[in-house]
Amino acid sequence: MNKHVMDEAIGETRLDRNTQGVIGKGVDRYEGKLKVSGKAPYAYEHLIGEKVAYGYVVTAPIGRAKVKSIDAMAAQSLAGVLTVVSGDEVLHSSAQPLSPAVPAMKGEILHYNQPVALVVAESFEIARQAAKLVKVEYEAKEGHYEIESRRGTGRATEEGPMPADTKRGDFEKAFAAAEVQFDQTYRTPSYQAAAMEPHASVAKWDGDQLTIWSSCQLLDLNVQQIANGIGVDPSKVRLLSPYIGGGFGSKLGIGPDAVLAALGAKAVGRPVKLALTRQNVFQATSRRGETIQRVRIGTTKDGKITCFGHESETANAEGEGFFEPSGISTVFLYPGEDRLVTHRVITTDVLTASACRAPGEATGMLATESALDELAERFGMDPVAFRKMNEPEKDPQEDLPFSSRRLLDCIDEGARRFNWADRPSKPAARREGEWLIGYGMSSASRANSLMASSAEIEMSPEGRAIVKTSMTDIGTGTYTILQQIAAEMLGLPLDHVDVLLGDTSLPESSGSGGSWGANSAGSSVYVAAEALIEEFAKRLGVEAETLTLKDGHAISGNRQIPFAEILNGDTIKVQGKIEPGDTSSNTNQASYGAHFAEVAVNATTGETRVRRLLTVGTAGRILNMKTATSQCYGGQIWGIGYALEEELVVDPRSGLIVNHDLAEYHVPVHADVPKLDVVLLEDRDPHASPLAGKGIGELAIAGVGAAINNAIYNATGARIRSYPITMDKLLSHLPDEVGEAA
Amino acid sequence: MRPFEYARASDVTEAGKLAGRFIAGGTNLLDLMKLEVETPDKLVDITRLPLRDIETTDDGGLRIGALVTNSDLAADPRIRKDYELLSRALLAGASGQLRNKATTGGNLLQRTRCGYFYETSQPCNKREPGSGCAAIGGFNRIHAILGASKNCIATHPSDMAVAMRALGAVVETQKADGSTREIAVDDFYRLPGDTPQIESELQEGELITAVRLPKPIAGVHRYRKVRDRASYAFALVSVAAIVRTDGGKIAEARLAFGGLAHMPWRDEAVEKALIGEAPSMALFDKAADILLAEARGQGENDFKIPLARRTLKAVLADATKGA
Repeated sequence: MNKHVMDEAIGETRLDRNTQGVIGKGVDRYEGKLKVSGKAPYAYEHLIGEKVAYGYVVTAPIGRAKVKSIDAMAAQSLAGVLTVVSGDEVLHSSAQPLSPAVPAMKGEILHYNQPVALVVAESFEIARQAAKLVKVEYEAKEGHYEIESRRGTGRATEEGPMPADTKRGDFEKAFAAAEVQFDQTYRTPSYQAAAMEPHASVAKWDGDQLTIWSSCQLLDLNVQQIANGIGVDPSKVRLLSPYIGGGFGSKLGIGPDAVLAALGAKAVGRPVKLALTRQNVFQATSRRGETIQRVRIGTTKDGKITCFGHESETANAEGEGFFEPSGISTVFLYPGEDRLVTHRVITTDVLTASACRAPGEATGMLATESALDELAERFGMDPVAFRKMNEPEKDPQEDLPFSSRRLLDCIDEGARRFNWADRPSKPAARREGEWLIGYGMSSASRANSLMASSAEIEMSPEGRAIVKTSMTDIGTGTYTILQQIAAEMLGLPLDHVDVLLGDTSLPESSGSGGSWGANSAGSSVYVAAEALIEEFAKRLGVEAETLTLKDGHAISGNRQIPFAEILNGDTIKVQGKIEPGDTSSNTNQASYGAHFAEVAVNATTGETRVRRLLTVGTAGRILNMKTATSQCYGGQIWGIGYALEEELVVDPRSGLIVNHDLAEYHVPVHADVPKLDVVLLEDRDPHASPLAGKGIGELAIAGVGAAINNAIYNATGARIRSYPITMDKLLSHLPDEVGEAA
Repeated sequence: MRPFEYARASDVTEAGKLAGRFIAGGTNLLDLMKLEVETPDKLVDITRLPLRDIETTDDGGLRIGALVTNSDLAADPRIRKDYELLSRALLAGASGQLRNKATTGGNLLQRTRCGYFYETSQPCNKREPGSGCAAIGGFNRIHAILGASKNCIATHPSDMAVAMRALGAVVETQKADGSTREIAVDDFYRLPGDTPQIESELQEGELITAVRLPKPIAGVHRYRKVRDRASYAFALVSVAAIVRTDGGKIAEARLAFGGLAHMPWRDEAVEKALIGEAPSMALFDKAADILLAEARGQGENDFKIPLARRTLKAVLADATKGA
């Protein structure tokens, strides 16, 4: 296997030369026509026409308990019921993304409406009816369902997405000595990822070989989780996820559906289809933990930040080590010689907390970017000027150089395009009829990661290429950008490149998560393409560097040779692998951006409408302007939700997640979303990957909600530190007089 | 979902005789059946009945067939011109897809969106009389501030019904025995009291055949819905208003409220306090005082009390602008 370890910055590449002219272009999605014509099957849509059975999950309507007995007699005796699967191996929630371990229930009820059994029947309807007939007896245990009363009792865990503590110098001493002290506490609620496609699986056994189609993000890890869950060797399991209707972190680990479908299929001797209901997805997969974040910032009397503290408390279930890493951007985004970033996990008996849409940045920057706005206000400074004054020159935690950081360019460009100078300089100063108008901004950052990933390129004797990797496309555009990278590198028209994804029988990949997918999987295609070009050069007896490839021809000196001639009837297969190396540890890598929001807050009711939203971002090379921009639209829209709407409500008496469907759990609807503007600045990060690109998916979520919050402050003079900013929180801050005339 | 018998009614008389739960658009009932919140033994499909017309009545009003869809009703030129309030209320509700399916009769009979009503493992006196009310002391942001009881604090979710109440609409029905009657929307709904499972005056097997509107009511029509997002959310507070001013004074005021109670709320004392008076913020405050005199919050919905006051005042100010 041809391997590239990212130990040093990449020089000029074929992507820079752009000979074929397809890299970066906003070309349409590779699989777009299949999707809009219903020909791209999602997990549940496989095995059409085969004789299959259907599953329905039995859930436990109690917050914390031990299962005493399960009586499936009544369910079993219903006509059409094939079996009821129960036992210790039933997963009570989704698996965590970072480990092959699975959350088997082992006779315990750990959260309200967790799966406890599976009914398998001839039809979905029969299975659903029978599920209500399964009688489960519980021994109730005392449960605890909220974190406020347990503040200060959190655990520091070592199994989170970052170290629990990141410290430098002596923060407490520096803060005590600071000329100006800022100390505020912010709260973010629990969230559901709320992907359109529910977690679903279709399992089929052939002897001791299992094939499973499931909606998953990280196939090579997920296949291990499935194998562990059912107790077989991973080599016996093939997992396919060719098309995925959104994951948003909730499919980094398998849902309870995959193992249940496999167990059910084994029991009834035919394939089983199992889609979680929307209610199951809300209550039995995973969620984002609620946070309480204390932000302390010490500055000089002129507003220069001297120390930065960000202490987060969040929730997870007993034994769970994952935490919402709210301080992930704080570590490198803000200056301060003395630093304190901590995370503590308070144990609650609520659904497992796990990754959800930009873990860390999404919640942390709701706090820190509001805090910066508050501080700027305290110094009477424009928030833009305040950020510019506090821009660190190097990574303030480790003193590493930034690989590339164009944050201030993003802020400047955004301010110009948004006409930031028109911002009301005082809060509650602008009114249009019944609406209070305000502007707000925030920075955006998202730590970059490169993951090991591999791919194969197979070239046919006619000179057509197929890219193969177990990588997933969760709706982001992975198919398309891998096609573009292969086409650009190999000098092929786009329609001469096919892409096969989402199958563990293909070369092992990074999967999709943490915005690393394009960079990691894309680099593996780059490496494979380089190897293929080497092979061409060898056959032609020239140095690879001297070859120019365009439209299926190799150009060397004054010769122009069609690929078919070079291939001479052969099919060539090459594999490429990318691995992170020294550049990950000797530079600080992140994507950067800035958000600008204009809101209108209704002076009578406190309803907030976002009027304009602009995001300017940099993420190294943009591989496809259209899909990258579309990713950013998604981030902006989720940001509107974080600011104004999203909140998973847990009843502290029972542990029930009360708003467990999309009617009552509010995410933005079309009418909430104004015209969105996204501008991606030209950028290259040679330290990040051979593509010189960085993650973008989650960049545009980071900070958007804070920009909206800051705009609400500018509109109303009300500073709300508990998200979402619903009207009940604003009402008492609004003018007494109502209506337009006031 | 439990298995159920299905019958299709071919005419109105037969519908009553078939003795089952009527289903038309099914936008609410089917969801509830999937969750086993509703478990009817038999569904009577009334979608083939000839109740899809909007016709003029002898007194100059309109008779709206029970099966006229929310989309068709909102778009009807007569409704848009003469009953602007109703058209606006309809369009403030649900989504385009739901309004295409949902019918006039069914909309009146929507069930509450209380999260505990929807969760069959939780106590709910409406779903299972005598089991208790989990919303009291629970998550009750959307719940009632007027007319609630110790047994139920649910709200009625319909926007259309609020407009119908302000308009003084009349529900025409046919009972199971084939006899017909009419019930004013003012008298159609019930407060929860000790029997929150009974939401309207309809008897078993009684079919809504039409809703009759009076002749057009002159004045400024307003429907203002306050909610947590711009679309596809139920009203936290809504105000339906028809206000006519004459010579600087309020000559007529008809007001109904959504999101406040177990039924679309109307309080004639509020209207009486306004009629004959010159519009002013002080007057509107007095109207709000009357409306909210008995209002009680449940904790998370306390904000509805000031919100209802503010919304009412803003609607009245808007409706009397220039008077």
